[in-house]
Amino acid sequence: MEIRPILASLRKHRIPAILIVLEIALACAVLCNAVFMIGQRVVDIHRTNAIDERGIGVITVDGADPKMASSEIPRNLARLRGIAGVQAVAVTNTVPLSNNNWGWAFGTNPDTRFNDAVNVSAYFLGEGGDKALGLQLLQGRFFSSDEYADSKRGSMPLVDTHVVIVTQSVAERMWPGQPALGKVLYSKPLAYRVVGVVVDVLRPFVNSQRAWHSVFFPLSPDSALSYYVVRSAPQDRDRIVLQAQQALSELDPIAVVKGHSFTDIRDKYFADMSSMAWMLVLVCIVMLAVTAFGIVGLTSFWVQQRRRQIGIRRAVGATRGHIMQYFQTENFLLSSAGIVLGMVLAFAINLYLMHHYEMTRMPWFYPPGGAIALWALGQLAVLGPARRAAAVPPVVATRSV
Amino acid sequence: MFGYYLDLALRSLRRNKMLTALMVLAIALGIGASMTTLTVLHVLSGDPLPGRSGSLYYAQIDPQDIKGMDSSKEPPEQVTLIDGLNLLHAGRADHQALMTGGSVPVQPEQSSLDPFYVEARYTSADFFGMFDAPFLYGQGWTAAEGEAKVREVVIAKSLNDKLFDGANSVGRTLRMAGTSFRIVGVLDSWQPNPHFYDLNSGSYAYGEEVFLPLQTMLELRLDRGGSTDCWGNGGGGVGNILPSNDCVWLQFWAQLDSPAKAAAYQEFLVHYSLDQKALGRFQRVPNVRLRNVMQWLDYNKVVPSDVRLQNGLAFGFLLVCLVNTVGLMLAKFMRRAAELGVRRALGASRRALFAQLLIESGVVGLVGGVGGLLLAMFGLWLVRQRPSDYAALAHLDLSMLFVTFVLAVLATLLAGLLPAWRACQIAPALQLKSN
Repeated sequence: MEIRPILASLRKHRIPAILIVLEIALACAVLCNAVFMIGQRVVDIHRTNAIDERGIGVITVDGADPKMASSEIPRNLARLRGIAGVQAVAVTNTVPLSNNNWGWAFGTNPDTRFNDAVNVSAYFLGEGGDKALGLQLLQGRFFSSDEYADSKRGSMPLVDTHVVIVTQSVAERMWPGQPALGKVLYSKPLAYRVVGVVVDVLRPFVNSQRAWHSVFFPLSPDSALSYYVVRSAPQDRDRIVLQAQQALSELDPIAVVKGHSFTDIRDKYFADMSSMAWMLVLVCIVMLAVTAFGIVGLTSFWVQQRRRQIGIRRAVGATRGHIMQYFQTENFLLSSAGIVLGMVLAFAINLYLMHHYEMTRMPWFYPPGGAIALWALGQLAVLGPARRAAAVPPVVATRSV
Repeated sequence: MFGYYLDLALRSLRRNKMLTALMVLAIALGIGASMTTLTVLHVLSGDPLPGRSGSLYYAQIDPQDIKGMDSSKEPPEQVTLIDGLNLLHAGRADHQALMTGGSVPVQPEQSSLDPFYVEARYTSADFFGMFDAPFLYGQGWTAAEGEAKVREVVIAKSLNDKLFDGANSVGRTLRMAGTSFRIVGVLDSWQPNPHFYDLNSGSYAYGEEVFLPLQTMLELRLDRGGSTDCWGNGGGGVGNILPSNDCVWLQFWAQLDSPAKAAAYQEFLVHYSLDQKALGRFQRVPNVRLRNVMQWLDYNKVVPSDVRLQNGLAFGFLLVCLVNTVGLMLAKFMRRAAELGVRRALGASRRALFAQLLIESGVVGLVGGVGGLLLAMFGLWLVRQRPSDYAALAHLDLSMLFVTFVLAVLATLLAGLLPAWRACQIAPALQLKSN
């Protein structure tokens, strides 16, 4: 296909041509960034979490008498174990994605300054917490019964023990390229030796970069432990959560007892993010539709304006295919110009967002992806008007209108 | 003339229904999306206490140890208990309040109700007057009663409705965390948005249901929530242990009725810091801040960045729609070149044609604005279905309604400028001849 006549004709219709280029450029820029945002949210929502998410129910007990914790917790656990279908039970201070964060900062040597320390979320596990959550051990071991029994909290914000289990993310962040087992986490005057490394578990409150910075400590029955984690087969879970909630509120009538399956906790945590993602999808679709209609409208007008010229070309031997091809090529050229401009714009917007919002760099393949989408859209939009152009009979050339 | 042009515009718009519908739809979609996000932004960045927020100031001082000192850095965002009480007792502002938040279990006397948690605000006495909290029944406690650690409580309307069916409950007893409190006041519905006086406990659609004297909370060691920042050997703040004096965990607000007083108060904070340094408590050079409500909200970047992003995206979308409208309008006007040529030949000036075409685009803008309004209402309904804490606040107000139409008409007129100018350029003779 010869493109010089197309270029010549475009030069004569500068304004409509520029409008189509501009429209495609803007659509390309907005589309790339919107899809990138959607992608980031999808990644956030699907973060892995190495606990038995489908089998876990969580019952929270708030407002129980703190002085009675040491007698009430074993009693409550015994009652929960008695429910048919329960495989494991334990009590913890919080669970992933519960928004109840126990943050702390640790360093890798005794003199680490607070500003250099690494922020992590602390999980205190009652005895059997590893089994109830379904933690997956990579190296080392879980806590022993003695370590559970000897660990007290007292008036300290952290626990009085000397052992800790960390996730692989923490291990890599603290001791890159080295084995973490046997290393020590410091937070003056406290020190904890790593006895185990587990597969990544999410924090109670996830922020973008350090989602898996979790560490686990053993703890004997204590008022800080108010999350009862009940593990079962997934099909028994909802029944067990209900029964467990009933059982615990009977045992402690003044406490506020609430039960949820972990899948509900996860869905609730990410609900806002996923609704935002859907909204972005909606905007993208509508925007593409508007762009497509715009191209249809402008090209139709163009075709109508050039009916005579088309008729002449047909009369001097051009086939319908030639006419179709002419408009398709023309659209391809305009789209290409728009896409080049759009890609530059997309990167510029991304750069701006990186500066002003917590946005990461857009991977290189987003703009080419957007380009392909817009090329396809352009070709699809031009199909109708091009067909109509091809249908112009040669005889039009001989008429005055 | 205007009426005649309007008539021409309507005729012309009716002639090519498809093209008109496309233009109206594009404008409506763009306006709908951008007005939805703009309304959310407008609601979220609003003034929580109009008329009053300018004279309410949030005080920050720097009691941290010398380690890592950097005077260009901001002082801590809250105050320690000892500093808070010192500032409170100094009484240098017109009114002042020291406060923190938490949650307490309510143990209702009615056996039909299970115990439940409510959000609590522990504060000194001036809180209600300073923040203009409206009382339905009774009133707050006095400063002297607060210092005397009275077991008194002010409850919110929602709690009063739940426990006492909305009756005047002043003088009745409320049992919380194992202690009996006498109800001295019931607030009418009151929920400043954003929750400016303590941003740690959620910024929007958050309200406490019980208000207790701070000193009473300190004595009873009631549970507290929110953020605690410590340095050096600071600790505590877990369970019923109060944070130590190396931790900031309270908010201090001062009401200063004139800029001169605000300047004087800032001076006072510097002197206070110097005094404390002389006493050996503070180690750093004075580093104080005094921000009014809107400055404080701005500093804390209260409006979620997601909302700003959405707004940017929506305006990008509006731009796409507008370029699209320019294109369609161009197609429409150029198609009418013959008609315009005749009018020109009959003596209409370019100016007159231009006015006529602009009126036509204005009509498109107006109709698009109506469509955009409907779409924005639908969009806001969608936003309200979302689980965010601010979702319930997304409602269109009168000013936004006005903005919608102005934006729609202005945007369309702007979009009409180029096509109208282009269409007026054609020489009348040429148009007549070619047809």
